[in-house]
Amino acid sequence: MGRYVVRRLLQVIPVVIGVTFIIFCLVFALPGDPIQALAGDKRADPNIAAILRDHYHLNEPLYQQYWHYISGVFTGDLGETYNGRAISDIVSQRFPVTLKLGLTSFAVEAVIGILAGILSALKRGKFLDNVVLVATLVLISIPVFVLGSVFQLEFGMNMKITPISGIEKGWPQSYILPAVVLASTSMAYIARLVRSSLTESIRADYVRTAIAKGLPRRRVIGLHAMRNSLIPVVTFLGFDLGALMGGAIITERVFNMPGIGGQLAQSVYLRERPVVVGLVTLLVLIYLVANLLVDLMYAVLDPRIRYE
Amino acid sequence: MTIIDPTDAIPAPRSGDAEKTGPLLEVRDLHVEFQTREGLVKAVNGVNYSVDSGETLAVLGESGSGKSVTAQAIMGILDMPPARIPQGEILFHGRDMLKMSGEERRKLRGARIAMIFQDALSSLNPVLSVGYQLGEMFRVHQGLSRKEAKVKAIELMDRVKIPAAAARVNDYPHQFSGGMRQRIMIAMALALEPDLIIADEPTTALDVTVQAQVMDLLAELQREYQMGLILITHDLGVVADVADKIAVMYAGRIVETAPVHELYKRPAHPYTRGLLDSIPRLDQKGQDLYAIKGLPPNLLKVPSGCAFNPRCEKAQDICRTELPPLVPVTERDGTELPGRASACHFWKETIHG
Repeated sequence: MGRYVVRRLLQVIPVVIGVTFIIFCLVFALPGDPIQALAGDKRADPNIAAILRDHYHLNEPLYQQYWHYISGVFTGDLGETYNGRAISDIVSQRFPVTLKLGLTSFAVEAVIGILAGILSALKRGKFLDNVVLVATLVLISIPVFVLGSVFQLEFGMNMKITPISGIEKGWPQSYILPAVVLASTSMAYIARLVRSSLTESIRADYVRTAIAKGLPRRRVIGLHAMRNSLIPVVTFLGFDLGALMGGAIITERVFNMPGIGGQLAQSVYLRERPVVVGLVTLLVLIYLVANLLVDLMYAVLDPRIRYE
Repeated sequence: MTIIDPTDAIPAPRSGDAEKTGPLLEVRDLHVEFQTREGLVKAVNGVNYSVDSGETLAVLGESGSGKSVTAQAIMGILDMPPARIPQGEILFHGRDMLKMSGEERRKLRGARIAMIFQDALSSLNPVLSVGYQLGEMFRVHQGLSRKEAKVKAIELMDRVKIPAAAARVNDYPHQFSGGMRQRIMIAMALALEPDLIIADEPTTALDVTVQAQVMDLLAELQREYQMGLILITHDLGVVADVADKIAVMYAGRIVETAPVHELYKRPAHPYTRGLLDSIPRLDQKGQDLYAIKGLPPNLLKVPSGCAFNPRCEKAQDICRTELPPLVPVTERDGTELPGRASACHFWKETIHG
């Protein structure tokens, strides 16, 4: 197991180099001049523009620019924006918001999704099951910005139990509403996933054995059936954790939250090459770690999977 | 012609006190039906049998004859619904289990009545170690700690002759061979020394050499603990060695009961005869193997009269109209044959002819 983890961690290095290079090229290929973008609608002063171009190596060929960038990354310097702000500053300011939003959302979707799925599976074909099925279908079909706006109107304006937008009230008040909105779709998927996989394992022979052993129902379902149903759920959750950490551009916009997603969108628009590459690299790292965690969870959940 | 309760016709139980309290387990006129989309499936239609301590009853029949459903009804592990027990009694130590509360029945399961399933690989939980699954019996029923339960689990594994039990207690089911897994199933059933074990085709999934070992082990443990054993099988070879008496089932009914050796010598039902004739024998090498023609009946539409009539070579008009009751079988001169009964209009011709 230890060797497996080390090998997986070593694999991160080539992945990071590859991903940063591809992103770098993609941003490079975008039309538009970042220095002109700094000046907005006015024409940029040619002298200042020349100095800036020189300072940010913009006149050098792509591979040299990439080399400047990647050697900085490996010495811990993520570079700076074209108006001189350190990118590490942006990350440390923006990332906590995304982290809090993402983790809250993750907790909501895992807890509510799994509970709803279990209820649904145990009451299969009954009223409660149908409620869950219809509710999840509705959640999957409603776009995030509609749900977000409706929630703001209901819970923020009419009932006044949560702030409408922004993060002034801090965690959890300001985060709970956007977290629920962000979680809604995945929550619905998880509920359905748990429902189908638990229904399947309840019919399995080993559950019949567990009943024949005279175990209480709680133990039969909660331990014998659930342990086996969790494997696909963990896969989905791990994948989703990475996605949530990537920032939710729409949710952040609707609730006016200064997270990674909004920053990334803005930086693409401004052709802030180092910012885009830096943020994407960070997201890739989070994805890789989430994936590794999922793979390690497999081994805990299913002893038939062994790593060498 | 009287309908008899076959339990009366079966030889007196071995243990003395059983006579006072009745047999260990007695199934009376049990009916089980399943509500399905296609209609009502009558899987068990009035089964009677009994088992005593230390006694082995073999229940024989094709797939769909109702033998496993009867066993699951005894265990109380039928899914209800869709299953329903409209009629019948299952007396365990004289008490009707069908009238007990769910919690009462749960406490009997595993502790007093245990079951061994056919396919140990799918019947053991793949994500829990065998030690955990064995120890669970003690933790749930006797409240032992995790540690004490593990010690007991190792003892059990030793008991069913699993080599290096202490080293293998934390292994998972997929790490054992088929025979070893079935031993673990047996150990699990045996854990709390139940009064009755139901073994549902315990050796079907094993290869022949391992089958013999596992059956021997089961028989040995049964003798040692004086347990009642219901052995469900379609393998006549397995039955001959270990069973005391046999009940042959067809379409949810018992069609013949007999002490084991008599059944082999002189079957009193054409279906039993057909089963015996379809065993491959060395002295018939080169000849075509006999097979009962036709297919087991569709339980949605059991044929009227005797359910076996469409496949029976001796079928007459009466077989198609009148359901033959289970009647005692006698010698030609009327001497009783203890424990024998047949549900065939022409049992006399079958056994004596």
